[in-house]
Amino acid sequence: MNAATPAGSAGSPGASSIVTIPLNDPGEGLTEAEILEIKVAVGDRVEINAAVVEVETAKSAVELSTHVAGTVVAILVAVGDEVPVGTGLIQVDTAGGPVPSPAPQPAAGHRSADVQPSSPQQISAQPEADPSAEELAAQATAATAVSAEAAPEEPKNLVGYGTQAAPQRRRRRLAEPAQSDDGQQVPIGRILAKPPVRKLARDLGVALHDVLATGPEGTVTRQDVLNAQQRAYGGEVDGDYFPEESPQAPEGLGGAMKSTRDQPFSGVTSDDRTTRVPIRSVRKRTAEAMVASAFTAPHVTVFNEIDMTGAVQIVSQLRASREWTDVKISPLAVIAKALLVAIRRNPEVNASWDEANQEIVYKHYVNLGIAAATPRGLIVPNLKDAHLMTLRELAEGISELARTARAGRTSLRDTRDGTITVTNYGVFDIDSGTPILNPGESAILGVGAIKEKPWVVDGQIVPRQVATLSLSFDHRLIDGALGAELLRDVSAVLEDPSLGLVWG
Amino acid sequence: MVQLLAADGTRTPHAEFDAVLDGPDGAGGLATPERLRGYYRDMVMIRAADVEATSLQRQGQLGLWASALGQEAAQIGAGHASREQDYLVPTYREHGIAWARGIEPWRLLESFRGVSHGGWDPNELRTHPYMIVLGSQAPHAVGYAMGLQRDGVVGTGQPETDTAVLALFGDGASSEGEVSEAFTFAASFQAPVVFYTQNNQWAISVPTSVQSRVPLAQRSRGWGIPSVRVDGNDVLAVLGAVRIALDSARAGKGPVFVEALTYRMAAHTTSDDASRYRPSSEEEEWAQKDPILRLRRHLEQLGEIDEAYIARCDEEAHDLAMQLHHHIHGMEDPDPVGMFTHAYAEPHPIVEVEREQYLEYMAQFENDDDIDKSAEQKGERA
Repeated sequence: MNAATPAGSAGSPGASSIVTIPLNDPGEGLTEAEILEIKVAVGDRVEINAAVVEVETAKSAVELSTHVAGTVVAILVAVGDEVPVGTGLIQVDTAGGPVPSPAPQPAAGHRSADVQPSSPQQISAQPEADPSAEELAAQATAATAVSAEAAPEEPKNLVGYGTQAAPQRRRRRLAEPAQSDDGQQVPIGRILAKPPVRKLARDLGVALHDVLATGPEGTVTRQDVLNAQQRAYGGEVDGDYFPEESPQAPEGLGGAMKSTRDQPFSGVTSDDRTTRVPIRSVRKRTAEAMVASAFTAPHVTVFNEIDMTGAVQIVSQLRASREWTDVKISPLAVIAKALLVAIRRNPEVNASWDEANQEIVYKHYVNLGIAAATPRGLIVPNLKDAHLMTLRELAEGISELARTARAGRTSLRDTRDGTITVTNYGVFDIDSGTPILNPGESAILGVGAIKEKPWVVDGQIVPRQVATLSLSFDHRLIDGALGAELLRDVSAVLEDPSLGLVWG
Repeated sequence: MVQLLAADGTRTPHAEFDAVLDGPDGAGGLATPERLRGYYRDMVMIRAADVEATSLQRQGQLGLWASALGQEAAQIGAGHASREQDYLVPTYREHGIAWARGIEPWRLLESFRGVSHGGWDPNELRTHPYMIVLGSQAPHAVGYAMGLQRDGVVGTGQPETDTAVLALFGDGASSEGEVSEAFTFAASFQAPVVFYTQNNQWAISVPTSVQSRVPLAQRSRGWGIPSVRVDGNDVLAVLGAVRIALDSARAGKGPVFVEALTYRMAAHTTSDDASRYRPSSEEEEWAQKDPILRLRRHLEQLGEIDEAYIARCDEEAHDLAMQLHHHIHGMEDPDPVGMFTHAYAEPHPIVEVEREQYLEYMAQFENDDDIDKSAEQKGERA
């Protein structure tokens, strides 16, 4: 029996015993969670097992409960925070309240007298062999003058990494094994990395072949991936794209002003003729990004109407193919591939303007942004290292980005460090538009609706699948000729996909 | 499907089942008002323990918990249908079975906390440790049953000593190869084993309809193993079916397969989010078929339960939950070297070498606990 007083079992009026309720790992091996809802307020009285915070992890949304009874004295996190396991969520003062649950001893071996055990076994649910229940009962009833020493201790966390204040790690006493003599990297051929490290790299959008491997026998370690990410992003990129649960366009304006969580938005006011909604969240980000982009980068937009019949045929062939049955292939993936081929021929477009350093930054990778209309507004997550992807990977990646975005789970990381973007306004059945650049990028390809139209082929008018492409670019670093070249190459691949073989 | 208690608690007569339930077995049968109240209390207690365990997992005290909410009748009924000498081989979601076999709930928590390899002595309680690997326990159970045949404790005509095995698995595990293999051996050797499936409709996120084109109960018939499907939320139907099956097996008539149709009201485990794959309307529909409520209605119809009894059960259940809550905070971590102790029944030279090596390995580390303790001792002296 552990001598530690179980948390919440003792307390006396006046004695201050603050217990922090931490984020425990609510799944198996999860490392962080997002705060969805805080169910208590400072001053609330909570009982053991009362739900206090709802979090969402990579696996599920779960309610976390308090293991002590008392009064909530502090709330340490905010809705929308993404916090690592071990972070304190709320603090509960266990003093002053009634002593919770003296765990009374049920009579007669825990079974009431008139209940016959239906099996031949004597059923004893009473922890006779264990002193804890008796001890507890004794402690609870005798808890009159509880001093600071007897204040509830933080329970030792079994799951996750424990509270940050009380790490349970053990230190290695002996010297670390000697580093390999020369410390030289194994030349890249087959990249050696354990599956969790590969997953980490994928999650962080780090290409393994860009990572300096320092592990034994040239393996890529976790830290290597993190270092590479640090270099790539130069700073903190954690966080959620949606900082708070406040989509700005309530459904049915003036009507049911309810969020997905059935709670009214804060700050929304409405009279008979107008509804005023605070500018927040995605709407605010979108507005800032658009203003920043439109008024710093001089935009030029060029258009081209093209015959997409060949590209559309490829899409329908792939859809019918057995190998592609579990992949959602759309013309957008083919267009993305065509753009990547065209960038390969015109790499100068894949660049950004660094005003502070007075430099143009040419990027040797393409993080391809995909503009997505979501219930919460426009967001542009990007596919990391799209230039390395096969058509299938592009198709899967685009579906995944769109699904994540629509579910409201896009991370900030997904939206950072884009290099060029595709926006498919064709889904709204629009022929053409002049897209505004995603800030920090130099070009954006707009795709109009694909419609059957009369087209002249070899002097004959025939029906073809026709669409208009538009390309907006930053005229500071892309001249009209280069922009036109890029759009012409995209068009050429889409009109004659076999060019993808030649150029791709 | 055999159902004895309708949703409103009304009991339907059934010649074969009634003979077993109301017959001379035990003190006046298995369905006397006292026993019915006992089943009710068992179910209330085990549900409270279950809910508490889920809370404890959320509070970081358990690595995982597999809730059996909704399956109380299927488990309490089957557990009490077994006789003392029978050997039960459970899966990992059998908290009601464990309760009925006299295994205290905190012994289950020890396993889910990772401080124990099993939590109880399988020989003493005639109940195997929980098995996590799906279906792996079915061949073990058949092997045990074949051993009973060789021990000569099957079909001797002595109901007090003739023994049968109850092999438990879920609908998901029933699709595992091991279960088919177990069927083969059980049928070929006419082993005294009852296969008992709690079909709780969901194998994590895969519905039973995807797993089988026929009712699960039909699956064993190709092996020549007779089967019956019962309402798993009806404690009397389960009790009757499993008792009949076990008695048939112990009499040397070979294996039987019982499918109890029930519903997993909670997620697969605390790591799962059921709302991602099944509609809440389905959960609401099954909530109407709640096994505890059904038995309570039956007892109310009989006039054999009153508010005071219900309140007392609830109070005891709350006390049990709070006991578990406080108990777990006091659990000590086991000595890591203990894992070598039960690797084999008898001393084993290789295990002994590994134990020594592990001790050496452990000696490389500073132990924060030791540091804390020595600091405390110094403080006391001062």
